[in-house]
Amino acid sequence: MSNSNHYLEQLENEAIYILRETASQFEKPALLFSGGKDSIVLVHLALKAFRPGKFPFPLVHIDTGHNFPEAIEFRDYLANKIGEKLIVASVEDSIKKYNLKETAGRFPSRNALQTYALLDAIEENEFDACIGGARRDEEKARAKERIFSVRDDFGQWDPKLQRPELWDILNGKVQKGHNVRVFPISNWTELDVWNYIQKYDIELPNLYFAHDRECIVHQDKLVATSQFIQPLQGDKVVVERVRYRTVGDMTCTAAVPSNANSIQDIIDDIIQTRISERGQTRLDDQLSEAAMEDRKKQGYF
Amino acid sequence: MNTLRFITAGNVDDGKSTLIGRLLYDSDSIHTDQLGVLQKQTKQEGVDIDLSLVTDGLRAEREQGITIDVAYKYFSTKKRKFIIADAPGHEQYTRNMITGASNSDLIIILVDARKGITEQTKRHASIGSLMGIKKAIIAINKIDLVNYSEEIFNQIRNYFEKLKSELNYNEIKYIPVSALVGDNIVTLSENTPWYYGKALLETLESIETDTTINLDSRFQVQWVIRPKDEENHDYRGYAGLVLSGSYKVGDVVTILPAKITTSIVKIERNLETIEIAKAGDNVVLHFENNIDISRGDSVYLSNQLPVESNQINSWISWLDTTQLQLGKTYLLQHRYKNVRVKVQSINQKWNINEWQFTDANEIKLNDIAQITLKANQPLFYDSFDKNPKSGNAILIDETTFNTVGALMFLNN
Repeated sequence: MSNSNHYLEQLENEAIYILRETASQFEKPALLFSGGKDSIVLVHLALKAFRPGKFPFPLVHIDTGHNFPEAIEFRDYLANKIGEKLIVASVEDSIKKYNLKETAGRFPSRNALQTYALLDAIEENEFDACIGGARRDEEKARAKERIFSVRDDFGQWDPKLQRPELWDILNGKVQKGHNVRVFPISNWTELDVWNYIQKYDIELPNLYFAHDRECIVHQDKLVATSQFIQPLQGDKVVVERVRYRTVGDMTCTAAVPSNANSIQDIIDDIIQTRISERGQTRLDDQLSEAAMEDRKKQGYF
Repeated sequence: MNTLRFITAGNVDDGKSTLIGRLLYDSDSIHTDQLGVLQKQTKQEGVDIDLSLVTDGLRAEREQGITIDVAYKYFSTKKRKFIIADAPGHEQYTRNMITGASNSDLIIILVDARKGITEQTKRHASIGSLMGIKKAIIAINKIDLVNYSEEIFNQIRNYFEKLKSELNYNEIKYIPVSALVGDNIVTLSENTPWYYGKALLETLESIETDTTINLDSRFQVQWVIRPKDEENHDYRGYAGLVLSGSYKVGDVVTILPAKITTSIVKIERNLETIEIAKAGDNVVLHFENNIDISRGDSVYLSNQLPVESNQINSWISWLDTTQLQLGKTYLLQHRYKNVRVKVQSINQKWNINEWQFTDANEIKLNDIAQITLKANQPLFYDSFDKNPKSGNAILIDETTFNTVGALMFLNN
């Protein structure tokens, strides 16, 4: 039942409630932190939920090895600033350990490989709940996701066998070996996240604001040149004023042309943009219509 | 600007998906890349975009041509943020509708103008009512296919008006619409000059939802904040959500089950000190004296105490594929408090299609019944009618840990 609060307060109240419920119901939860805006908002919410106490969970970053250096720098800066523990699990290590094969193609995504490092981190640290910043408005497989999403020993999501979630009562009891993915900002939209960042003046990596960057133009998308992506002969290479709307791997996240220098500029940008967040910036979701659904079934977020 | 959560109920054939598609489309909430996919998928000739595809979810569902699970959709206007619970209407998915309804302030019940009120309409209306929804919109859809007939609209309205005494809605609106063509969805249609109400979107924007702020005050301790570091050596805060009513500094409170009487000396919200905590707020309460209480303990104003009993009468909506077993121990989760319970008796079953109570000795998936539970310790609660926030609970299987039942407590 709603109340008279402003909708951002309602969203905040719900998220804080979910974070405290996670801390209470699980033995060893973890907060998955990528250095992107959604997980930065999660950290901000956790501060409100648990201060002046310490976080009842560590921050865990699944480092694909293809991250933006700016995101990594910000990750370390924030963890240090708030004085909370940061665990980094490396996809690079999993690739060596399991002799995994990189995704083929010009702009390889380590999204699928990320699942290995995540499941290893869960097993090693005996995490029974992982808090993530996924939102239901991002994608249609995510639209059907629960707040407490139960996964089996292999981390798999079975959309047909999800627990009913009644009212705001959360059931976090699981059998040994199973674990739960927790999504406190499920009901937030991209615009809600930005409005919230603006309201509380939350610090972000500068990737989100307009800057000049050398990019390859690939199927109308701008992919930054980097140590991972070098221009090939015949590529159209441009230097453009861009910003990032999402922060994923350098290899498969596209920049968008923008002059936005402030949060308000970004909000105006988004209101005018008629294309979805993932559709505009993620090269890996467009492989097939059910790409996310498949990844989730394999243990992805 | 606040949020309205609503559920849409109706058959696939009643135009439920088209209605949701229309609301999202007309409020500019569908992105161009998503539209492109929809255009590609639209197979109907002469139709540019099949709006019903907007709610089409997983591949598993497309393969079977049905919605299996609750999907949540979002849109907002300048006046409100909306969260739509899109749940399947078919009887075999009653539990999904129960889930969607439990998270909604309002229900839109779609009625096909050509068919009128059906058994299915009654089932949807009673599920919404049972789950505590107080506001209903009866959208009489496909009004274009009955030549915008005022008479048919009136017939359906009059019939539903007779049913409503059996239901707990406190506000019902009737709107003639065509989701396909767009009549009375975002703007009033010239085709229904006899209709004097608001269009659907404006109704959704302006309808006032009930709040729990005027009910008795209810608060359960969710999380104890006790840093024990040098700086905050004496800090002892009790965090939780104000379920209903309000608490202010100076209030004399009783904490149950310990039966401690104390008073509130400080309230914090988002690390700032406030004077009053209202329904819906997440706050941290501080009490006089160093009392020691823990998660699941409840804080009441001393003149607003709840029911205390270990024998509980309740509605149950059964959500699991295994049957309810009399005499078996289940876990009952009442907010942050878990108690062990046994189902003592099945008192009567609600035969939802016929709107009749019948005797029953078994409860299986999608059944709705009244039962009596016995708990291993007293529970502090209200009837669901009186306070939906402290009158509900879930039943959990002790071995699978699945959520098997939704409970709505009755007066003893």
